[in-house]
Amino acid sequence: MNENVLSRAVPAKTSGWLHYFANPGRFLRFVQPILPWAAGVSLILTLAGLVWGYQFAPADWEQGDAARIMYVHVPAAWVAMSGYAMLAVCSLFSIVWRHPLADIAAEEIGPIGAGFTFVCLVSGSLWGKPMWGAYWVWDARLTSVLVLFFLYLGHIALIRAFDNKTHGYRAAAILALAGAINLPIIVYSVQWWNTLHQGNTISLAGGAKIYMTMLYPLLISTLGFYLSFLTMVCARVAAAVCERKTASALLAAAERG
Amino acid sequence: MLKPKRRRLYLVIVSGLCLSAAVGLTLAAFSSSLTYFLSPRQVAAQHPAPGMSFRLGGIVQAGTVQTTLAGQTPTTHFAVTDGRAAVPVVFTGVLPDLFREGQGVVAIGAMSGDGVFHADEVLAKHGAAYMPKDVEQSLKEAGKWDPKFGPPPPASTWNDMKVGS
Repeated sequence: MNENVLSRAVPAKTSGWLHYFANPGRFLRFVQPILPWAAGVSLILTLAGLVWGYQFAPADWEQGDAARIMYVHVPAAWVAMSGYAMLAVCSLFSIVWRHPLADIAAEEIGPIGAGFTFVCLVSGSLWGKPMWGAYWVWDARLTSVLVLFFLYLGHIALIRAFDNKTHGYRAAAILALAGAINLPIIVYSVQWWNTLHQGNTISLAGGAKIYMTMLYPLLISTLGFYLSFLTMVCARVAAAVCERKTASALLAAAERG
Repeated sequence: MLKPKRRRLYLVIVSGLCLSAAVGLTLAAFSSSLTYFLSPRQVAAQHPAPGMSFRLGGIVQAGTVQTTLAGQTPTTHFAVTDGRAAVPVVFTGVLPDLFREGQGVVAIGAMSGDGVFHADEVLAKHGAAYMPKDVEQSLKEAGKWDPKFGPPPPASTWNDMKVGS
């Protein structure tokens, strides 16, 4: 059965709404005009959040100015995890519905997600040294985020490792889906085990343990990071679709002679 | 006969459930080694052998911090508590800036024969509550919170409170 799954190069036709929204041509027509605006808005939001957070928000009672690293660290961490969730959803669509756009999206999410995870790890490390007294400790939260980073890197390598792209898509999708189990581990690591990393400040249950003048810049910066992530992924997917269109047009021209 | 799409969907769901179960059981089995530190209560229950290195975590008990200077190096005696048990700790060296009474700390070291934890390294574990200094001051003045005795009151009571100025 597995040979059968891997060797089928032509994606099965999908039906209904799924087909409508995931058509590469429609995706291009929808996304390309929006991209410059999305890029501008994400830049403005990110800068506004960061300037507010670093310049105008009050310092923390306990950590002073060092706590301002959260305006980078926290949005990066959220985007890193959401990006992986998106990767897992794309992989599900890739494996089950064989959707070509999901394959391309999975290929393009990887490097961006890895970048945000790297920002999260480095900013956290720079926060850890002055506050905890250590750049790195092997507690459950830090380790599980490092595992997330390696999952991204593994996915990036695996999806590009085959001469037959379809084999890479299938193999990488399995890795991405299996790795999704790490997401709840990251989120709940600070509740399940004793960690040096502090617990969740913002959770669905109970109010946000952060004063409002510090919460607003954090939310704006988060919005900016999310929008930047989506813009970069959409731009990369659009570019990849264009590349494939160009390649097939060239191929068709060559066949005509 | 199932359609291939259906079959693949079920395959993914079943594999996902199996994998979650496997990972869940593994994490549950290794739970004690995934824990970064032992609390004083766990130390009291487990009695780690003297000389065996482990991490001790908890709150610096209010009123227990005593620092003595031998030349240039300070030696600090304090107790780490989790509200139910307390372990006396001695540390020679410079403590992190955040170290204070009521601060969460993780100390790395070993018990000595006399029941004192000799720390080689002390890390500060800061809280998850962020507020400006004046909000902390007004909570303190209102008698609602003293950082010496642990985490702040429920967030909804202070995260949008008006402060004086």
